[in-house]
Amino acid sequence: MPQKNRLILKNLDNKDYNNTLSCYLEEGGYETLKKALSLKEKTTQDGKKLSPQQQLRDEVKASGLRGRGGAGFSTGLKWSFVNRASGKPIYLVCNCDESEPGTFKDRQIVHKDPHQLIEGMIISCFANDVHLAYIYIRGEFNEGAKILNRALDEARSRNLLGKNILDSGYDLEIYIHRGAGAYICGEETGALSSLEGYRPQPRLKPPYFPAALGLYMCPTIVNNVETLCAVKHVIEIGASQYAKLGIPSDPGTRIVGVSGQVRNPGYFEVEIGKITLGQIINDLAGGPRSGRQIKAIIPGGSSSKVLRADEKVTLKTKNPDGTFSEKVVDVFDLPYDSDSIAAAGSMSGSGGIVVIDDSTSMVEVAANVSEFYVHESCGQCTPCREGTRWMSKILKRILAGNGRRADVDELARISQNIMNGRSLCAFGEAASWPIESYVLKFRDEFLALCAAAEDSRKEIWGEAGINRFA
Amino acid sequence: MHETDSMVMEFSVPNTLESEIDELITHYPEKRSVTLMALHALQAHFGFVSDAGIEWIAQKLDQTPLAVLELVTFYPMFSREPLGKFHFRICRTLSCALNGSEKIYWALCEQLGLDKNVHKRQTTPDGRFTVEFVECLACCNKGPVLFLNEDFHENMTEESVSKLLTICNGDNSSERKGTGK
Ligand code: FES
Repeated sequence: MPQKNRLILKNLDNKDYNNTLSCYLEEGGYETLKKALSLKEKTTQDGKKLSPQQQLRDEVKASGLRGRGGAGFSTGLKWSFVNRASGKPIYLVCNCDESEPGTFKDRQIVHKDPHQLIEGMIISCFANDVHLAYIYIRGEFNEGAKILNRALDEARSRNLLGKNILDSGYDLEIYIHRGAGAYICGEETGALSSLEGYRPQPRLKPPYFPAALGLYMCPTIVNNVETLCAVKHVIEIGASQYAKLGIPSDPGTRIVGVSGQVRNPGYFEVEIGKITLGQIINDLAGGPRSGRQIKAIIPGGSSSKVLRADEKVTLKTKNPDGTFSEKVVDVFDLPYDSDSIAAAGSMSGSGGIVVIDDSTSMVEVAANVSEFYVHESCGQCTPCREGTRWMSKILKRILAGNGRRADVDELARISQNIMNGRSLCAFGEAASWPIESYVLKFRDEFLALCAAAEDSRKEIWGEAGINRFA
Repeated sequence: MHETDSMVMEFSVPNTLESEIDELITHYPEKRSVTLMALHALQAHFGFVSDAGIEWIAQKLDQTPLAVLELVTFYPMFSREPLGKFHFRICRTLSCALNGSEKIYWALCEQLGLDKNVHKRQTTPDGRFTVEFVECLACCNKGPVLFLNEDFHENMTEESVSKLLTICNGDNSSERKGTGK
């Protein structure tokens, strides 16, 4: 069974397992850190010297690991961008702001296996010559912050953190920084602004790439909780072993969360690309509720574009001889990996799958999602700040029975004017992709509501009724 | 800032709280970074962020009060007014909504005499209850979810939320339960 492929979730739901250090140590915890700290300098065949840090970074790069926060960028590559010649300190920030609607994986790790995250962090910090790191945790994870603080204290008491860690000569401190309810802090530069004590407004890239001008204008690495845990497993089993899991372009395992209208919502660690969307939804999450049919799937957090349950997707696969062949598959037969979901025009993003059944109106879904982005826009860019509000207003008006036929295209038009790089950070896309996709893919639902309302007004007021709202 | 001098004078930060903030100052290369955590600490202690609290943090961290205030007004978790003894935060976002979070919210508002069409923070006239809709709490598999003060409740139904309310109504102690850091 695919769900048995547990690396990160290996222990955390076992009956006898809890989140203390002693439990983690019993399961072989911090052995990978010891291994990493005891690496010796290596000389390659061509006489190049490789420091232990360089070896670890090479290993992560060779594994092909992609970030699990949402963007899916290569972790090794991200690390390689760090400016190591600036003479400034290098910081690492663990992004534990988990706020993408539909996503609840990092919470499991923090609550049930915090030491796994800490071990992954220490290894990653060591590999990148980081001596001060932060866990940026969303404010609502009050319990999680307590658990992490206790775990950090435990780690300090065993010299797994602090000065001269395990007599290796390496120093590292990790502190918790709590957010306070703002989604934009999940955007990496937003998190950095927040850490510096400013409003968490994202910064323009270029020039503010964290790898060069990050926290306090120093080179900074921002990695998601699950990514840092995956690093630990890469180092533990080795890049080549790790890369055998999943598919070449998206190796390893990842934790997907299924929520919404399914029988058994939950989180499952799966081998990437070796399981289909349908297997995740139907076999792991129990499928639709009785008497219901699945109508739509949001495949990777609320920012991802919706997929219709009856959609067909053309997948391109590379043949051994280098040629490509195409095959058309049902949405439910799409392998769950970044490339396949991208081929369907969406993204696997944060791994948060939201299932919508035929009892739900897509207009209501759109209004709900749109209200989220109104609330969370940081307010810096006009298209994003104003556009999200316009869309939300129109959607609410349609729901209130005051729609116009023209509203349907108007929603799509506004979406277009927010996305495509018109905003300073990716929030603009995150806010407009979903709404546009609902309107395009479920046009008839929107139109039906609008047409009925418009016609009933026309009956009373004639043509003037089109724009005359109750 | 609106408070009179005498009110500012009455404001006092206990030693334990101040040393907590002194400890936080050691966590960052720059004092300004402490602002957010200091606001959490003060809100947890006083229940809200007052003008005096803002002044105090600003002084402590060598910031202008405005630099502190602009964070308070940005982040949804801070409150400028005292909150009810029982503070309900109900998740409004998609997965919870698909499972009926609106009904939970409406039930609460109706039973407390609050306007169910308002999504922002509302407090009952007697100051005992505060209710608000908040965004995804990252527990979407257990929706609808809510916070009652600092305690998390999952898989809520109209019945279970009414039960919670009954427990609150029967609680006549004066201290606010479940606060803390
Ligand atoms: S949608 Fe309610 S917790 Fe995520």
